[in-house]
Amino acid sequence: MARTLVDKIWDAHVVRSIASGQDVVYIDRHLIHEVTSPQAFDEIAARGLALFRPSQIIATADHNVPTLNQHLPIAEPLSRSQVDKLTENCQKYGIELYGLGHQRQGIVHVIGPELGLTQPGLTMVCGDSHTSTHGAFGAVAFGIGTSQVAQVMASQCLLLTRPKRMRVAVEGELRPGVTAKDLILYIIAQLGTGGATGYFVEYAGSAVRGLSMEGRMTVCNMSIEMGARGGLIAPDATTFAYVEGRPFAPKGQAWDDAVAYWQTLYSDEDAVFDAEFVYDAADITPMITYGTNPGMGIALTGQIPSQVAEAEAESFDKSLKYMGFERGESLLGKQIDYVFIGSCTNSRIEDLRTVAAYVAGKQKAQHVEAIIVPGSKQVEQQAIAEGIDKILAEAGFELREPGCSACLAMNEDKIPAGKYCVATSNRNFEGRQGPGSRTLLASPLVAAITAVQGRIVDITQYLN
Amino acid sequence: MEKFQTLHTTGRPLPLENIDTDQIIPARFLKATTREGFGENLFRDWRYNADGSPKADFVLNDPRYGGQILVAGKNFGCGSSREHAAWALYDAGFRTVISSYFADIFRGNALNTGLLPLQVSDEVLARLLAAIEADPQLELVVDLPAQTLAIPAWGETFSFAIDPYKKECLLNGYDDIDFLVNQKSAIEAYEQQRAWTW
Repeated sequence: MARTLVDKIWDAHVVRSIASGQDVVYIDRHLIHEVTSPQAFDEIAARGLALFRPSQIIATADHNVPTLNQHLPIAEPLSRSQVDKLTENCQKYGIELYGLGHQRQGIVHVIGPELGLTQPGLTMVCGDSHTSTHGAFGAVAFGIGTSQVAQVMASQCLLLTRPKRMRVAVEGELRPGVTAKDLILYIIAQLGTGGATGYFVEYAGSAVRGLSMEGRMTVCNMSIEMGARGGLIAPDATTFAYVEGRPFAPKGQAWDDAVAYWQTLYSDEDAVFDAEFVYDAADITPMITYGTNPGMGIALTGQIPSQVAEAEAESFDKSLKYMGFERGESLLGKQIDYVFIGSCTNSRIEDLRTVAAYVAGKQKAQHVEAIIVPGSKQVEQQAIAEGIDKILAEAGFELREPGCSACLAMNEDKIPAGKYCVATSNRNFEGRQGPGSRTLLASPLVAAITAVQGRIVDITQYLN
Repeated sequence: MEKFQTLHTTGRPLPLENIDTDQIIPARFLKATTREGFGENLFRDWRYNADGSPKADFVLNDPRYGGQILVAGKNFGCGSSREHAAWALYDAGFRTVISSYFADIFRGNALNTGLLPLQVSDEVLARLLAAIEADPQLELVVDLPAQTLAIPAWGETFSFAIDPYKKECLLNGYDDIDFLVNQKSAIEAYEQQRAWTW
């Protein structure tokens, strides 16, 4: 029977099914970080359980770490204690930790692919909703809660209901200045912030195929922002080329066997999806969000909607009030205070290259504070090797050390109340970047141009 | 996890759509390494001013309202996977959230915390929100074994859906760990028969 890609991977991981319909699903890789794991470790200890497969758990410290002076002890006591707790637990249970000071430390969804831990056909989980990032490789990857983190620690399995399948195809060629971030912001704006709840989304079509692995990760990363359990893209030559040679990639005969298997991972031609959408790449222009959920996105040159359904009016107007915007307004010309380039959505080397290529020889606007936080030590080192650090410094951008940083503002990196920040991250929720902060989500290219211009502009008029 | 059977209580209305987990519990309060105490910072930035004084117009600070049910707008719990959101609601005394739509991860986290995510239609939700605002003492009766929400004042009872396995877990206070640990031999057999190991 014809099957979708999600079903093929799912079927290969079902240990058994139970009477009420759920599957016991085997998890190949379990990523953990300091924020959502301590209570799970406590749960395991309280029940006197052992970790079932500690070698399949990979840990890093990212959410809570400072992005300045990482060689010094963490100053903030609660953050320090959380990071210390992770180190302690990893030592106790024999878990590989890519913690602060490690040459491979970084945001969990950046280091998994870098290490070659993320591979086609795997099931991967993490106590973090952006785990969908790994779907870019054709893996079934999704975020879980802390109780589930403990379940995977105890059994390497989860009890799950099979998700519904959605396919979103984007056909054609992206216009100049339009990137993977614009593509996904466009899809989310079309489907809405809850539009894919209950689904696993397969991204397809020539525009998606044409994306680099970094771009594909950006797309899959934001699947959760329309409610999807996860998102994925069938693996192809681009995928295999990215994985090959990485530390945890299969080698020799195992590599050939792996590729032979990975080439079977696609949705069969007559596979049935529960929902399908097709978009034309030519309709996508550079995007920006104006509201307080990622579904509230418009073309940079567009207007904030003036009409909304009555049931949504209260939430919509509350959101606009928070942002200091009006219905029907254009964002062009709005002055911006901060630019944040980073997060698991857009902090990879390709993102830094895009920014550097634009700002080389230019200066950020004087009133703008521009911060770039690389996704990992590897990205940071690569940027230094390529001279990107110097280009950024000359343009007045501050290159920090790796972590989640101002995406969720758990550490010191916060946007002050009332200030506007164009961010390459994934959420524009109220207070996400600090109490009262106002976030406008956009691509690294839009962020770079905004930093230089100091206000929202039609970037297509400013491309190099 | 505590057992959940029935609930006779009143509700607190929060008629906003797409309430995300960053509002339920902002990230800066996720630094604790235990499960307790998150209720204090539930809806922190909607509930308190920057100086820590309560915002009088927020539902949790409004003395007219009480009870163990939060009645909230569509797509409740979207965003981050933080289970702390469910813990915060539970810690603050809530045992049920009624909405017309729940985000997936939140729904699962709530069920794993002993907090019942009770889904009703958009129409019933709109009626409930209006009725509670008009009469904060409106009695709500949740009967998990019967899978019903009754509003005695209306003389009406609504059925709600819940996965039969998760229902058993809630009724008995079980969680998935016990079940999964008991699957060990099947899991080991699965590991043995896998054709590939990279």
